[in-house]
Amino acid sequence: MADEPVSLTKNVEPLDAGAHVVAATFLEGRPTLAFADGTLRLGADSVAPHPDGAILVTASDGGRLVTGGDDGRVVATDGAGKSEEIANEKGRWIDALATRSGAIAWSAGKIVRAREGSGAVKTWTAPSTPRGLAFLPKGYRLAVAHYNGVSLWFPNAAAEPQLLEWKGSHLDATVSPDGRFLVTSMQENSLHGWRLSDARNMRMTGYPGKTRSMSWSHDGQWLATSGADACVVWPFKDKDGPMGKSPRECGVRPHRIVQVAFHPRALVVALGYADGLVLLCRLGDGAEILVRNPAPEAGAISALAWDDRGSRLLFGTDAGFAGMLTLPA
Amino acid sequence: MTDTETSKIPVTVLTGYLGAGKTTLLNRILSEPHGKRYAVIVNEFGEIGIDNELVVGADEEVFEMNNGCICCTVRGDLIRILEGLMKRKGKFDAIILETTGLADPAPVAQTFFVDEDVRAAARLDAVVTVADAKWLAARLRDAPEAKNQIAFADVIILNKIDLVSPAELREVEARIRAINPYAQLYPAKKCDVALDAVLDRRAFDLDRILDIEPKFLEVEDHDHDHDHGLKHYHDEDMQSIAIRHEGDLDPNRFMPWINQLTQSLGPNILRCKGIVAMKGDPKRFVFQGVHMMLDGETQREWKPGEKRESKVVFIGRDLDEELIRKGFLGCAA
Repeated sequence: MADEPVSLTKNVEPLDAGAHVVAATFLEGRPTLAFADGTLRLGADSVAPHPDGAILVTASDGGRLVTGGDDGRVVATDGAGKSEEIANEKGRWIDALATRSGAIAWSAGKIVRAREGSGAVKTWTAPSTPRGLAFLPKGYRLAVAHYNGVSLWFPNAAAEPQLLEWKGSHLDATVSPDGRFLVTSMQENSLHGWRLSDARNMRMTGYPGKTRSMSWSHDGQWLATSGADACVVWPFKDKDGPMGKSPRECGVRPHRIVQVAFHPRALVVALGYADGLVLLCRLGDGAEILVRNPAPEAGAISALAWDDRGSRLLFGTDAGFAGMLTLPA
Repeated sequence: MTDTETSKIPVTVLTGYLGAGKTTLLNRILSEPHGKRYAVIVNEFGEIGIDNELVVGADEEVFEMNNGCICCTVRGDLIRILEGLMKRKGKFDAIILETTGLADPAPVAQTFFVDEDVRAAARLDAVVTVADAKWLAARLRDAPEAKNQIAFADVIILNKIDLVSPAELREVEARIRAINPYAQLYPAKKCDVALDAVLDRRAFDLDRILDIEPKFLEVEDHDHDHDHGLKHYHDEDMQSIAIRHEGDLDPNRFMPWINQLTQSLGPNILRCKGIVAMKGDPKRFVFQGVHMMLDGETQREWKPGEKRESKVVFIGRDLDEELIRKGFLGCAA
C-alpha cells in the first residue's frame, strides 16, 4: 500500500454535462458522453441521435457509439458526429444492445435482432424479455441473457439457440476476451458463469447489491465487478476459471462501487462509487490513486471509460456531472 | 417522513377483474385537470383515450426469485421499466401501473420489497382495485384472481352501482367487507371518484399506518338509505383477522413469532400490518408484510396520554384464527 494517499485530482478537467450520463467512451479519440436526455457530447460538439427520447442503453466497438432509446430507435454515431438510424422498433423500448466489429444486436421486448455489417438483419424471439446481449469474440454468435438462463444464438443458422440454463433472472452478459467464459449478473445479487467448452456452471455469490458493471483486464485473466463496498475481481486465468478460488478485493470503502473499468494496458482498475468518488487501484499490491473526491450531491458515478492507450479516463454521474483525467506523461 | 421518501416517485397500482372499469378510471385520472404528469405502464396499448407521452407497454413477466422461497415472485418487467423511466426523471410526477384483469397484485408489491434499485427510486403508493358491482359477487365465487384483488386492495372502487338495486349493492359491499374490511371503499358510476381518494394514499408508508388507524380495526359502517344494517358474511376461504392486546408485547417473543408465522403461513397470508408497543421501548414498532416479506421499523414515540396497545391485522386464505390469536396474545409482556 502507498504510505500516503496519492492524488491526481488536479489532473481532472471538469466537462459540461447537465443530464444523467448514461455512458462514456472515446470515438476516434474524442471523449464522448451519452446522456439520458437523448443527446451525445463528442468533444465540444453536441448531437441528438434521440431527439424525442431517452437513451436507455449503449454499446461501442471504438468506431461508433450505438445507442438505444425509449423512442424505439437504434442509432449509430461516429466520431465525426454523423448518426445513422439502424432500426426503429416503433412503440417499444430498446432494452439491450451489443456491438462487435460492425455487427449490432438489440432487443425490444422479447424480440432480438442481429445486424451484420452488410446490413442483413436476423430475428429471434427469446423466451422472456432479455436484459443483456453480448457477441462472442469469434464467429457471428450472440449471447442473450434472460429469465432462467442464457441462449447462444447463431443469427445465420436455422438451428434453435443453445440454452445455458440457470434458474433466476439474468441481467447483463459479458464474454471473456478469449471466448472461454460467459458471465451474467443476476437479480439475486450474484454472478453466474459458464465455461463455454462444456457449459460447466460457476456461481459467484456474496454481493450485497446487484452487479451492473463488469470489466475484463487487458490480458483477459481478471473480471472486475461492481455491487459491493469493494471491487470484487475474479480470476479467470486457469482452465476452471474462478472455481474454488477466492476473488481479489480492492478499493474497500464504506460506499458501494457502481462502475468499474480496467485499464487497457495495465492491471489497474478504475472504480466509481455511489458517493461520486473515483479511484484507481493497482491489482498487484492494492495501491490506490485518488481521481475524484466524493461529491454525493453531484450524484453516483454512472459511466466510466478509458481511451485506447489508457492515458485518459472519462467519467460521468447520474446527476449530470462529468470529468476527464489525463494521466501525467 | 424523510426527504428521501418524499423524493421517491409514487406508484399507484390499478387492478380489477376483466371489464370492471380499470381503463375508465385510468382515462379519468389522466384527463382531470390536476396539473400532474403521469407515466403510465399498461398491458395493452390503444385503450388509453388520452394522449400521454409517457405510456409504456409491459409484459407482466412474473419471475421467481432464486432464493428458495416459492411465493417470492417479482415483476421482472417492472424492475426493467422503472430503471428506464428513471432516465426520464423530472419529466413526470407519478407512475400508474395498470395490471391485466387476471393479475395477482402480490408480485408487484413484492417487487418493492425485494429490489433495492426499485426501492431507492420509487415507492408503492397503493393498490387500487376496481370492482363491478353487478358481477363481483359471481366472480368472487368462480375467480380466485378477483378475490385476491379485493383482498389485496388499499382502495376499492365499487363501480357501476347504477346497474344494481340498493339491496344488491349492500349485498356486494358485505361480500367485499367479509374479505377486506380495511380498504377504503368508494361506490361509483363510471369510476366517478375524487382523485385524491385514489392517488397519493401512502398506503404502504409505515409512517402512515398511524393515519389509517381510525378504520384500522373497525368495520366501516356506511349503510345507505335503508334501515337494515350491513349484513355479515364469512367468505369460505379468505378471511381477515384483527387482534388487539391492550398493553405491551415482549419483543423477544413477538419478533420470533411474527417471523415464524409469516415464514410458515406466508403463501396464505396476502397482507399483514401492525402497530406494537414493545416492552421498554418508548417508541411504536410498526410493520407490514406481503406473503413472506416483512418490513418493519421503530417509529415515533407514544404520545403522553396515548394508550400503549398492540394490534395486528392479517388478510389471507384458510387462516386459523384461533391459532394466530393464541400466538399473538402469547407474546404479551
